[in-house]
Amino acid sequence: MKPWHQQSVKKGRPSCEGWGYKMNAQNLDALSAYFIAEVSDVQETHTLSVIVDNEPGVLARVIGLFSGRGYNIDSLSVSETEHERHLSRITIVTTGTPQIIEQIRHQLDRLVPVHRVRDLTVAALRFKQDKPLERELALVKVAGAGEKRLEALRLSEAFKATVIDATTEHFVFEITGRSNKIEQFIDIMRPLGLVEVSRTGVAALNRGPEGLSSNAQ
Amino acid sequence: MEREMTGAEMVLQAFRDQEVKHVFGYPGGAVLPIYDELIQQDDIAHILVRHEQGAGHAAEGYARSTGKPGVVLVTSGPGATNMVTALTDAMLDSIPLVCITGQVPTNLVGSDAFQECDTVGITRPCTKHNWLVKRIEDLPRILHEAFYVAKSGRPGPVVVDIPKDVQFATGTYAGPSTSHVQHKSYNPPTKGDMTAIRAAVQLMATAQRPVLYTGGGVINSGPLASQLLRELVEMTGFPVTSTLMGLGAYPASGPEWLGMLGMHGTYEANMAMHDCDVMVCIGARFDDRITGKLDAFSPNSKKIHIDVDPSSINKIVHVDIPVVGDVAHVLEDMVRIWRASSFKPRAEVKNWKKQIDQWRARNCLAYRNSDDIIMPQYALQRLGEAIKGKDVYISTEVGQHQMWAAQFLGFEAPNRWLTSGGFGTMGYGMPAAIGAQVAHPDSLCINIAGDASILMNIQEMSTAVQHGLSPKTFILNNSYMGMVRQWQQLLHGNRLSHSYTDSLPDFVKLAEAYGAKGIRVTKPHELDDAIQEMIETPGPVLFDCCVAQLANCFPMIPSGKPHNEMLLPDEASDEAVASAISKEGKALV
Repeated sequence: MKPWHQQSVKKGRPSCEGWGYKMNAQNLDALSAYFIAEVSDVQETHTLSVIVDNEPGVLARVIGLFSGRGYNIDSLSVSETEHERHLSRITIVTTGTPQIIEQIRHQLDRLVPVHRVRDLTVAALRFKQDKPLERELALVKVAGAGEKRLEALRLSEAFKATVIDATTEHFVFEITGRSNKIEQFIDIMRPLGLVEVSRTGVAALNRGPEGLSSNAQ
Repeated sequence: MEREMTGAEMVLQAFRDQEVKHVFGYPGGAVLPIYDELIQQDDIAHILVRHEQGAGHAAEGYARSTGKPGVVLVTSGPGATNMVTALTDAMLDSIPLVCITGQVPTNLVGSDAFQECDTVGITRPCTKHNWLVKRIEDLPRILHEAFYVAKSGRPGPVVVDIPKDVQFATGTYAGPSTSHVQHKSYNPPTKGDMTAIRAAVQLMATAQRPVLYTGGGVINSGPLASQLLRELVEMTGFPVTSTLMGLGAYPASGPEWLGMLGMHGTYEANMAMHDCDVMVCIGARFDDRITGKLDAFSPNSKKIHIDVDPSSINKIVHVDIPVVGDVAHVLEDMVRIWRASSFKPRAEVKNWKKQIDQWRARNCLAYRNSDDIIMPQYALQRLGEAIKGKDVYISTEVGQHQMWAAQFLGFEAPNRWLTSGGFGTMGYGMPAAIGAQVAHPDSLCINIAGDASILMNIQEMSTAVQHGLSPKTFILNNSYMGMVRQWQQLLHGNRLSHSYTDSLPDFVKLAEAYGAKGIRVTKPHELDDAIQEMIETPGPVLFDCCVAQLANCFPMIPSGKPHNEMLLPDEASDEAVASAISKEGKALV
């Protein structure tokens, strides 16, 4: 059985499944981890998908929850994903102890316009994958001339970035990939005349045929 | 059911359809259309307060004493911001409030117009949910949704912010049955998971040293929950303690009652919590005033936690068996399963109760009485005697008097005890007593107050007099902010920084100035007659009970200490008080 904090509970349906205890009271001994702070100093990074009504103020509610309760936001992206039902998907990458991440999930679920919260990182583990599919897009402007300019172009090809704007003095590259790949690309461009960067934040899904929003209530 | 009306009419019609009888409020520019409708009808009574915060707390008192949502109507800007304290108070104690605020017309929103503020922005973190209604088409649905969200699941305050042009606009009104069946994203749980409940009952049956730790969730779940709790206790014979918010769910005269637990709880309750092997937490949330030092909190127990809010589970303390569901529903299942399985509490429970009796014999609430000066505890005991068996609602302000009231006035029934627990709002008690009195005009409503707290919303005396309400205010007057002073004695080397109030008003004259009655008592032997006089006076009373100035509230768990290291009254010498909190504990408070 998985540790209690790696399980998910569906919104609106009380369930004891996955809370990490066994039905036989005799077996409770091993699971009576008492005080959370003792066991949860390890910080973990999780990616959460939150399906919300696309209504005014909903993003402020989500962000306010994080700042008000002292949770971290490493990355956040949001867009309406189902136009007919006015549903948006917010993807949040957050870091915290397992207990805090569990709290974040439940606190998000408590917001009235939130339909569903899923910890994609936990879900990936359940599907025996090491993490969910995560991609980010960045636009990277690099200016310069001569050898540096050529080097920037060569490296962009190695990274499978595309040139979406150029003059004789600059390039704007578009690059898509995992955040660490984008991070690496930006680092490489820095000495080659990096001017500015715009990033979308992480978009994420779990692998496999199942969806999250399609069966949202 | 559907018909054309203005937004202002819709507000009133929605109140009617939601069976609202009383609204607490204060008019202003941005709510004038609604006030204009209010004066032209008789179904809904309006109680005009003197400050919007008073309206909020009065609605809370109304809600706590009836179980129905309290309704507030205030204007934009300062009207709305004055409500923020009451909304947060209701949020922390899970009290259903529906607050209608006026807003500047939609075309002026965002222009820094007169009496404009971002009401939904300001109240977002202190409400369960809030709405800015920009279109008249949305108003009926939102109004009904607001009542549904406030009442259901874990109750809480909601705000509906209505711009003035929407109040004037005309649209089609639909009643609650047609416009609201099920919410698309908000579906709070009711019934608990049966497997979890079975596991919980089984664990309870194996308990040798059990304790039931109940909270405000039992009260919020409704009278049935209290009744089922009593049944469960009778069946199992388990001892019961309660948080400040849950007093009255189990009667104080009951054989298994341990008294309140926590920082100023009884010795027996806290020792039982510390030494138990099975703890059943019912509608409580392991607040820091309850747990004391967290890593020494009930170290050897298996914990069962019943809560309607999944986010309360494992928030502070890891529990072994969580049951997410409404207390009454879960208790019903528990009682049924216990009965059907013909479980009996284990024989060891008898020894456990003997141990508890030894702790009880410690008599932790003892104090040294005096013939000369009124001890605050004595005053409350005399008051308790005088109101015994009467139909009484008690509210409090916040401080020493609140803790003494919780310790010394026994509560026999739910919804009779109205106090600001989570937020600790001074100034809560007077308006809350007014709210309770509005809901129960023939009952005795008493606000236990301190001389400092009462001045925070004293203006509501005028509300009471205007509306012919007769709440009694029993002030334990020691000229200090007693709890602040007690902490200064514990933590700050007895340097009493600004906790003494000079130039207090003459409360008797103050009462008279409001057109009410004032009574002053300074000697213990005068108490009984004066209390009787207060109870028999038909109108509102300010009772100025001048008590021992330097009495402190014990027992107490000093911060940073576990439950089994309480400071008991007879051990609380000056030296013990001065060294009760270690250096590390001082930062915790």
